[in-house]
Amino acid sequence: MPKEKKVSYLINFIGVAVVFLLLMALFESNVLGTRTNYIRGIATTACYTIIMVASLNLLTGFMGEFSLGHAGFMSVGAYASAVVSLALTESGVELPTFVLFILVLLVGGVAAAITGILVGVPALRLRGDYLCIVTVAFAEIIRVIFCNLEITGGGRTLSGIPSLSNFYWVFWVMVICVAIMYLYVRSRFGRTVMAIREDYIAAAASGINVTFYKVLTFTVSAFFAGIAGAIYAHYMTAMIPTNFNFMYSSEFLTEVIIGGTGSLTGSIIGATFLSALPELMRKFATYRMLAYSVVLVLVMIFKPGGIFGTWEFSLTRILKKLAGKGETKAVTGGAAHE
Amino acid sequence: MSSKEIPVLKAQNLGIQFGGLKAVTDFNMEIGQSELVGLIGPNGAGKTTVFNMLTGVYQPTEGSYYLNGVKMNGKKTHQVVEAGIARTFQNIRLFKKMTVIENVKTAMNMHMHYSLASAIFRSAKYWKEEAEIEEKALKLLDVVHLKDKAYVVAENLPYGQQRRLEIARALATGMKLLLLDEPAAGMNPSETAELLEIINVIRDQFKISVLLIEHDMSLVMKICERIQVIDYGVTIAKGTPEEIANNQRVIEAYLGKDEEEEAAVC
Repeated sequence: MPKEKKVSYLINFIGVAVVFLLLMALFESNVLGTRTNYIRGIATTACYTIIMVASLNLLTGFMGEFSLGHAGFMSVGAYASAVVSLALTESGVELPTFVLFILVLLVGGVAAAITGILVGVPALRLRGDYLCIVTVAFAEIIRVIFCNLEITGGGRTLSGIPSLSNFYWVFWVMVICVAIMYLYVRSRFGRTVMAIREDYIAAAASGINVTFYKVLTFTVSAFFAGIAGAIYAHYMTAMIPTNFNFMYSSEFLTEVIIGGTGSLTGSIIGATFLSALPELMRKFATYRMLAYSVVLVLVMIFKPGGIFGTWEFSLTRILKKLAGKGETKAVTGGAAHE
Repeated sequence: MSSKEIPVLKAQNLGIQFGGLKAVTDFNMEIGQSELVGLIGPNGAGKTTVFNMLTGVYQPTEGSYYLNGVKMNGKKTHQVVEAGIARTFQNIRLFKKMTVIENVKTAMNMHMHYSLASAIFRSAKYWKEEAEIEEKALKLLDVVHLKDKAYVVAENLPYGQQRRLEIARALATGMKLLLLDEPAAGMNPSETAELLEIINVIRDQFKISVLLIEHDMSLVMKICERIQVIDYGVTIAKGTPEEIANNQRVIEAYLGKDEEEEAAVC
């Protein structure tokens, strides 16, 4: 590994750790008084939303395909992990909480990834609008299935899921997920995916197996959506299939577009902002959806690529600039945070 | 080319039919090692259709074609490229929002082997392969005189340079046969001259065969060793540039028949 990169990864890691410690100090010091738990809740919501939005950005921003069914993958992860953790609790298996948490995350991720392959192989023969419709249909099918399966509680609420998602763990899971997505994008895999977005005919003529890389990216994206779903399930501890409806999917897509298609920094900021917005605007709850729409319209008019476009935040670059060494290549992702 | 050698490309009675329309029929062609062959014909003659058949975009409905003796029918585009046929496009198709060097690196993907896990954990193999292709890509860009533009976003290049980048990207696949679809279209004379020089350099340096579609007759006559002319999907002439220039059927296809002659036929 080149030394320059090592230093850059280290700096970014320190940046993330500092943010973590600041948040920890904020929550532990009781500065916020009775509101601490409430704010911590929003922060947790923001973390899994970030994973969702960043994973959707892999599809929309980097691969150039719209998915309006991302909440479908989230629900697969949520229900798969909930079923497993409920079964483990019932059968009286005693696992350390942390091990159980990691286990349910993996179950959620893998279940969603398998669904991703099953949906992706036939659906990714399509492009653009047609693919978009298929993803909507997929999410609806999943919802209806979960409404009718006994094991997922039928149409009723599935409750009693152990509460495992505490903010500190979720924060680091989010950091790891975003870092992995960043590393995926900045490798030969990300390069081929972006080439497919730019021109799939030219990509094929450059020896790229377009279908393979599309399905791979779809699967990776679904995997992280599944992890977000698992966090969701073990944070809410109760859920109903109708939570994962079309509106929820479109909310993620809105966040991707506002943040910037092709910028993980944009996804992080967009997701954080829009998770906090409903809470900040509680007094104007009636006008929340109106505000969403207005923001979206304004962004589309003045900055069609999203607020951040394809720009990525880099702590290393900022430090170098401060040190007067001028600009270097962007090297971050994991370090960009709320 | 000696008769014993296996030709790099051999097309046998290749043809394709779209519904009732026979776009190309009985297309025969042999290209030897390091040979530069031109494919010309009036607009709509089926030249690009031939390219699309040779690169697996269309599947020929008749006949077959071979690369170094290996039958290529039924292969998908990316498999054809892996086997060794690369192309450029009539209307430039670059990865516009990516940098020049990324464009070239993308075409090297099939020669890279690090796994998903290597990419995520940034293993030694990742750094080694990435460093190798960076170096290779810069060398290729040097060949097409674009080394100093390596980190420019592709869509910001002037037209002539975009054309040369497309050639570099095709070269990056490590092919044996290069199909150039109107590489000089829209170029000014000095750009065309530079292109000519580059084509000659890559033939010598990479020992590849080239099949060229071109409307710029002066270019075709200057560099092609053999020329094949098609019209309405049918081969109407084959030969050296001089033979083609004086071939009555070719002149008719391009300029139409003499009015008196036509009257006589009627």
